[in-house]
Amino acid sequence: MDWAYLFEISLTGLASGGLYALAALAFVMVYKATRVVNIAIGEMLMAGAYLFFTFSAMWALPLWLAIPAAVLASGVLGAVIERTVIRPLLGEPPISVFMVTVGLGSVLVGLVEILWSADQRRLPDFMPTSPIMVGDAFLAPKVFWGAVVAALFIAAVLLLFRYWRGGVALRATASDQAAAYSVGINVPRVFSLAWVASAMLAAVSGIIVGSIGGISSSMGVFGLSVLVVVIVGGLDSVLGALIGGLLIGVVEALAGAFLGGEYKLLATFLVLVAILMVRPYGLFGTHEIERL
Amino acid sequence: MRIGTLKESYVADAALFDSRTQKVWLAIAAALLALFPFMASDYWLYMACLVAINVASATGLNILTGYTGLVSLGQAAFMGLGAYTVAIVQAHWNTPFVLNLLAAGAVAMVGGVIVGIPSLRVKGLYLAIATIAASFIAHFLFANLAITGGTGGISMQPARVFGIDLDTSFRLYWLIVPVMVLMLLGAANLFRTRIGRAFIAIRDRDISAEVLGIPLLRYKLLSFGLSSFYAGVAGGLWAYFFRVVTPESFPLSMSIFFLAAIIVGGMGSILGSILGAAFMTMVPELLKLVFDLLPGGIELTVFLSPVRLVVFGALIIGFLVFEPLGLAEMWRRTRRFFHLWPFRN
Repeated sequence: MDWAYLFEISLTGLASGGLYALAALAFVMVYKATRVVNIAIGEMLMAGAYLFFTFSAMWALPLWLAIPAAVLASGVLGAVIERTVIRPLLGEPPISVFMVTVGLGSVLVGLVEILWSADQRRLPDFMPTSPIMVGDAFLAPKVFWGAVVAALFIAAVLLLFRYWRGGVALRATASDQAAAYSVGINVPRVFSLAWVASAMLAAVSGIIVGSIGGISSSMGVFGLSVLVVVIVGGLDSVLGALIGGLLIGVVEALAGAFLGGEYKLLATFLVLVAILMVRPYGLFGTHEIERL
Repeated sequence: MRIGTLKESYVADAALFDSRTQKVWLAIAAALLALFPFMASDYWLYMACLVAINVASATGLNILTGYTGLVSLGQAAFMGLGAYTVAIVQAHWNTPFVLNLLAAGAVAMVGGVIVGIPSLRVKGLYLAIATIAASFIAHFLFANLAITGGTGGISMQPARVFGIDLDTSFRLYWLIVPVMVLMLLGAANLFRTRIGRAFIAIRDRDISAEVLGIPLLRYKLLSFGLSSFYAGVAGGLWAYFFRVVTPESFPLSMSIFFLAAIIVGGMGSILGSILGAAFMTMVPELLKLVFDLLPGGIELTVFLSPVRLVVFGALIIGFLVFEPLGLAEMWRRTRRFFHLWPFRN
């Protein structure tokens, strides 16, 4: 066993795990506040990446304008989705809402293929390209800077959650909806807020993921790994999303390096099965899940 | 309210077809099904076979999602399991097709139980996510195992009955449609038995069901196994129909297609599976027609598959938001309107 190689691979895995953590955070935010399992999270990520592609590559906007524009546009998309599709189903059984997000994913993929075609595209390079060395281990610069940006965003979100009024309202709604209502929180507005924030976060991670590996209409597959991450971490746990993200990142990197690229998803799903068997509520999730 | 259906015994109350009108209509439908191949063109026969296969598979998914309240996004993967089973068994042992179809159902059922055991022990939507995982693992296995012929897949011989090759839509119709009718009857009867009622009880309130003495894990597994069995047999029919099975034949979008079919048709209704599967199979054809009518047709054909995705998704969303009980409910409303027509009811 070559320890230096293993270290290098694990480091890459941790870095890409940061991206999973960011996307998982976007998922957990919606789930915590609204109890909606958003299976279209990968497609929302893709939508964000394509919006960025439009602004930066097709309209040739400068970077400092293109990124915020893409994130804002994704936020609008999130609001539209919440208003038109999720809001009417408020109070319906969770399986209906879940199936609506399945439909949503299908619509988003179709729209992307209509507007931008199904071909693989490259996002413009905007990250520094000098290689990063950690000790003796080499780390691809895009992956490293992607992880740094993801970590910054995660930190910002956590701070907002903690100190911003909207973040507090979100947490209050998550822990007890009726109580949140009674202290004057506008719960439906919090739901909208959660979707908007989630779509924006998804867009950020979509832009990073896209600039590392290119964008295509099958980018939604990334969302499957994110689903595994949130189940491993526990659906409603922010800490779980972070640690689960890193864990899955490392697992995928190791499987990819030692078994071959096609084993990545397989390894992820095996972790999923193992977690379902041992700790179905995830590593840090609430134990409310009933075993039946 | 239906008039003139007085029942004097529990047997009569639980009967599958309880009124004479219903029996007459069923007889007419059966006669039409039998006459159809002699009147229809090749294209319509082809469509009819496809619809029948999809109806069989959608019925399976409806048992799971509509009646038991569990979502699966692996219906296509289990169809794939069935299709591959038929192709492999046929190539190696050349057994009669009835046996092959049963084997396809059994293999898919075993696959379903393997996926179901970890994910059905917990409540919620874990099954849905586990079945997505399963469909990717299945795709991986189809593409990488030696026995499945890799990415090229397997081509197979047509089914043989009494020395006749079932190689045209006309001949296959007589295999596919009877199997579909059998499966529909099986599903309809299932919900007159303890097992089917247990499924409905689990859907409506799982804790109450458990209090009533229904072992949840066992019944959920049974429901999932049955649904996979249906998918497996439908997959076997699919293999006989297209006669080439590749890993790409059963993508995740096909599972979404079946989910859309039962939502559009009506969850928890056998009629819903039929209407939904038929409608959803025709949608791409309708889209093709619309595209042909549009000017600049050739360039537009690249948009056909994404437009189909959008339409499928939009149908799922639209029906869930505006008509959660689907086409079956629309049909029921129409029928009720005409029941006392022209008098107001």
